[in-house]
This record gives sequence, C-alpha cells and structure tokens, in this order.
Amino acid sequence: MSIVLTLSDVLTLFLHCLSISLLAVGGGLILAPDMHRLMVDEKSWLTEEQFTSSLALAQSAPGPNVLYVAMLGWNAGMNAGSYALAMACVAATLVGIMLPTTLLTLSVTRWAHRNREWIGLRAFKQGLSPIVIALLLSTVWLLSAVHNDPSRDWKLWLLTVVAGVVLYRTSINLLWVLAAGALVGAMGWV
Amino acid sequence: MESDNNKPGPAAAAAAPGQAHLPEGTTHPQSPADLFWSFSMLALQGFGGVMAVAQRELVERKRWMTRQEFLGEWAVAQIMPGPNIINLALMLGDRHFGLRGALAGFAGMVTFPLIILLLIALVFSSVENIPAVQGGLRGMGGAVIGLIAANAIKLVGGLKGNVMGTTLCALQIVLTFVAVALLRVPLMWVVLLVGGAGWAWAWLQLRRIDAMKGAA
Repeated sequence: MSIVLTLSDVLTLFLHCLSISLLAVGGGLILAPDMHRLMVDEKSWLTEEQFTSSLALAQSAPGPNVLYVAMLGWNAGMNAGSYALAMACVAATLVGIMLPTTLLTLSVTRWAHRNREWIGLRAFKQGLSPIVIALLLSTVWLLSAVHNDPSRDWKLWLLTVVAGVVLYRTSINLLWVLAAGALVGAMGWV
Repeated sequence: MESDNNKPGPAAAAAAPGQAHLPEGTTHPQSPADLFWSFSMLALQGFGGVMAVAQRELVERKRWMTRQEFLGEWAVAQIMPGPNIINLALMLGDRHFGLRGALAGFAGMVTFPLIILLLIALVFSSVENIPAVQGGLRGMGGAVIGLIAANAIKLVGGLKGNVMGTTLCALQIVLTFVAVALLRVPLMWVVLLVGGAGWAWAWLQLRRIDAMKGAA
C-alpha cells in the first residue's frame, strides 16, 4: 500500500489524538474504534489488516497496551514510504494521546496526595479496592474464555495453573516463567 | 516531598516520625534514575498488560508500597483517563521527586517498550506465520493468565482491615465479576454503581469510626 502524507496530515493525526485522549478512561484500547474511523475509514492511511495486526502486536509485546497508537502511526508513515514520516507519526500519536491524560493525572494525584487524610478520599480508596481485585479476576476469565476447547486447550490451562501456583508461592523472577511458557509453546507442547 | 529520608531501611521506616507516610517494611525509590530503571524493568516484563507485574515488582520486590496502598492507589489510577499503569508511574514518581520523578517514571514505562515494538514491527511480517512463533505467543499468553490470577489472590490480603468488612468486600468482588466478566456491562457503569455504593458505605463507616475515636 502506498499513500501520500503531508505535514498537515500529521498535524491532523496529532490533533485527533489530542481531542480523544481524555476519553480513555480505563485504558487506551477503548480509543481503538475512533482511531480506526480516522485512519482506516476516512483517510485510508492504513489497511484493515494493518490496523488489526498493530493492535495484536502491541498486545503481545511488553509494555503498556496504549503503545498500539504508536504502531498505527508507524505503519501509516511507512505506507507513505519514509522512516522520517513514520517517526513523525509515532510522535504525533503518542504525544497526542499521552499529553492531556498526563497533565490531568499529575494535577489530580497532587490534589489527592495533599488531601490523603480527607475522609472522602480514604473512603474512595477503601470502597473501590475490592473492584480492583474483581477486575483482575475478570481479566483472567476473559483471557481464558478464548481457549474454550477442552480437548485441545487442557494443556494450556495446565500451563496457566502451574505458572499461577509458581508465581503465587515463590518470588522467582517473572521473566523465567514467561520464557518457560514461550518455550513450551514454541515446542508445540501446549 | 518525602525524599529527605535518604537511606530508608525497614528499621529507619519504623523509627521515622513520618511513619504514617512510610508504613513499616516499605522503602523509597532512591532517585529519578532508580524510578526510570525500575519502571523500565517493570514495563519489559509486562506482556499483555503491566498491572499484574506492577503489584509483584512494586509491592513484593521493591516494597515501595503495601498491598493496601497499592489497591487504593490503583483505585484512583483506574478512574483517571489514560493507561492505569502510566498513571501509577506518574503518581509514584511525582510523589517522591516531583515533576522530574514523574517524567522519569513515564519515560521508563514507554522508552524501551516503544523501541522493542518498532523493532518487532520491522521484522514481524516475515515471521508471523512461523508455527513456533505462534506457539510461543500462545504459551506466553497462558503463563500471563496464571500471573494475573496469582496476583488477584495475593491482593486479597490488602483488604484486611478494610472498613467495609469481609462480607461486603466479597459481595463487591462477586458483583463486579458477574457484571464485567459474565454480563459484559461497560466498566463505567460498574464503577459508578458498585463502586459508588462501596464509596458511600466506606464513608459512613469511616465517619462512625472517626467519631468513636474522637469520643474515646
């Protein structure tokens, strides 16, 4: 795929990211539909496949999931055929998405720290703590639900249980467990 | 800020006058560079999401916060727009070293993962169909699920002493799980309703406890 990107396109991308940044309550992935609308539907900077694989790669690579926006920018720039444009689009998407939330978070958390003895804030933290645990358990459920064929997936479930028990009982470096999982998978055993 | 305490061992923490800010057994990040490298390590271990790694690194290995503090801070980071884990890095960095610390934490979360992601982007299209690569990703995914489950169970310990009491904490966990995982209710509604109810109840309980302390 080959497209033309001008500087004003890069600016459009930046302003779009700025404008939706603060909507990302609960994480950057919920912005994906709107990024898709701009970059695939309206401007045709990316193909459908590029959009999907950008999301999947960012999910499986280490680091915050929100980096998928950088990947979208990168692919758009590469479609225009230049590393310089690719880097410019990476900067436009990443800074655009992160700047507003960062400023807001800094001001709110400063306020929260100054007022940490205030009863309303103590109540908020305690009153919502169980929800944090429930959301972790929900993530476990939703991720496991993809593997729903017992005859094929039981080995993967076993791997999950073993990894969970090892990580619960020991303080072994996590990277060893991830590497072991990757190795077992690469050998085709799960 | 609280960075005046340069050698914060557990013993120093117990003796320090500002003990309320530094619970027993926890330590400080030493410098913005410490924040940068610690959050880099944390981010690089976070395949498929960094939150579960965060509690292992920050609470169990670094001891920068207790389980209870982690749950509380995460509850705040959760409702702010933006990636929760980056919000947490900003929060921790800012608290100890101001803006420099916040930027160091943020840079740690983003720099190396971004480099790696772009490198992967360069080579991925040529390896994505190799069965060993797909199998490796599948195996790693399985281990990550185990990690998240282990952390969820560990964090239950952070609810000890919660003013809502064991039964209501358990009820809130079940309700949230059913709504989010089984019924797929949008998170915003769950936080507003289940979280709002928890907030109000915790507020009432705290007011009662504070009043009793005041009377005693």
